[in-house]
Amino acid sequence: MRRHIVMTILLAVAPVPASARAPYPDDPLQSPMWTAHATTIFGDDPVRFDARVKLSFPQIAENQRSFPVALDARGLEGVKRMVVLADLNPIPIAIDYRPLAAAPYVATRIKLDQRTPVRGAVQLANGQWLVSGGWVDAAGGGCSAPPLSRVRGDWADHLGEMRGEAWPTGEAGTARLRVTIRHPMDTGFVANIPTYNIEELSVKSASGETMADMEIWASVAEDPAITIMPHAAPGDALTVDARDSNGRDYIAHLLVARLSALPEAPTP
Amino acid sequence: MKLSRRTMLAGLVATSPAAAIGAAMDYVIAPVAVADGIWMVAGADEPILTHNGGAIANIAILSTPAGTVLVDCGPSLRYGQALKAAAERLTGKPVIRVYITHVHPDHGMGIAAFDPAIVAALPGTIADIARDGRGFSDAMYRLLGDWMRGTEVVPPGISIASEREDFGGRTLRLLPLSGHSSADLAVLDEQTGLLIGGDLLFHNRAPSTPTADLTRWRESLSTLAALQHKGAIPGHGPFDLTGTEAIRQTRDWIDWLEGALGDAVRSGLDMVEAGQIAIPARFAVMAAARYEVQRSVSHLYPALEARFLPRIDGTAR
Repeated sequence: MRRHIVMTILLAVAPVPASARAPYPDDPLQSPMWTAHATTIFGDDPVRFDARVKLSFPQIAENQRSFPVALDARGLEGVKRMVVLADLNPIPIAIDYRPLAAAPYVATRIKLDQRTPVRGAVQLANGQWLVSGGWVDAAGGGCSAPPLSRVRGDWADHLGEMRGEAWPTGEAGTARLRVTIRHPMDTGFVANIPTYNIEELSVKSASGETMADMEIWASVAEDPAITIMPHAAPGDALTVDARDSNGRDYIAHLLVARLSALPEAPTP
Repeated sequence: MKLSRRTMLAGLVATSPAAAIGAAMDYVIAPVAVADGIWMVAGADEPILTHNGGAIANIAILSTPAGTVLVDCGPSLRYGQALKAAAERLTGKPVIRVYITHVHPDHGMGIAAFDPAIVAALPGTIADIARDGRGFSDAMYRLLGDWMRGTEVVPPGISIASEREDFGGRTLRLLPLSGHSSADLAVLDEQTGLLIGGDLLFHNRAPSTPTADLTRWRESLSTLAALQHKGAIPGHGPFDLTGTEAIRQTRDWIDWLEGALGDAVRSGLDMVEAGQIAIPARFAVMAAARYEVQRSVSHLYPALEARFLPRIDGTAR
């Protein structure tokens, strides 16, 4: 506790002159890292906590290597950027997403290195950031344990295998796309295993328009699974294009299904 | 110094309930007779929480001419000690055998209170404890803190190799099954026909799946259903007087769960949404249902995605 206070004071005082720092609102989660992360991510942009940013996760962190998170900002207009972060992870940001021609929804699984606030931050076209989230209790070590595929030794045999499907949704002109990519997503915190992670993923339409674009960090769980909602109709062709930190490309093509998924997705 | 004063206050608030818990940290062992010479100690139908000290699994106490036999022994050294004292007071005979039904810590970490030479488990369970015992122990200490004080991971001393064990004329049949974990022991008391199902059986409490193989679990349930047994002590939940209801309920749940999560994958739900699927009304009697659905999503979803989502890399447009 005392160390946190010292850290907060150091971070608040040392790196940024008080005059240049935007006045961030008090953090309802009382995170020791709030000001530091706000300074990095939001800079001088206005910030407020807003319940219309819906961050959903399970009631229990059953697996600290892979904790499901869904960030839904479909209740807001003009969302241009969506960030999923865990304050006390050594790699705090998991996904930094730009839904260019997509409904503002993104779901994935992240690592948890300890009990931490998990947040969704959404930036609107006017520059304003809206934030929500909650504390998640978790066993330690999600970022510093070796990936299971490294333990099994078969990560290279399956590297880059992609699975996925796209379905029309109840909202006309919006599809739901799910993609999984086999990748160890090494954080660099395990001895003798350097950082190696997927760092970019985009979805393009048949005409080559980028519909969705995201930066992915090594705090995303091994074998990343991503769910997004591009503006695409039944039968439309989509291209998923990802790249890892060694420069390897991962490309997949798929068509949006003709039939909508059954049963209906639950309303959270 | 607003911050430090708030910190001090937080410290005070945090300390007083902890002290209260410390004072009340004694397990209450309340055996209930379920058959001639057999008692069940009911676990709380809850997740492992500080207020229940991890005492969530059912325990069986059997009185035999040769001495007292226990099936499972709870989550901690302190539980094992309290259980041993209560069982010996009840039967008037020393504990001569402790069976561990499977690797999970709510059933077996109480071994710490017994001589390992009288503790018996299936070979697969002993291997599971050797591999995963330390990890389970760490998780229990994190969740339960002082309840776990002094509890060490102790491997059972006897590897079960026979189908029966006789205790001065009272014979117990030992069934080596699997599915809830890689090795699940069920025990049938031949004298009364009472079945002790371990965690192959959940009754009015949602089954948990962290190490489950659902196909093998179903096979084991079929084996149990074919026994000519009377009542059944499930691993969790109340005593099953019929002996068949816990089997039926457990099978119904795992069949539903596997189907529903497969449907969720094929419907495009992510893991958060899959944890929110509707639970059928017939499972309303099952405690901890939503909690176990969300745990099961974590355990089972990646394999279901690999099964149902098609490969899309390298496919031509």
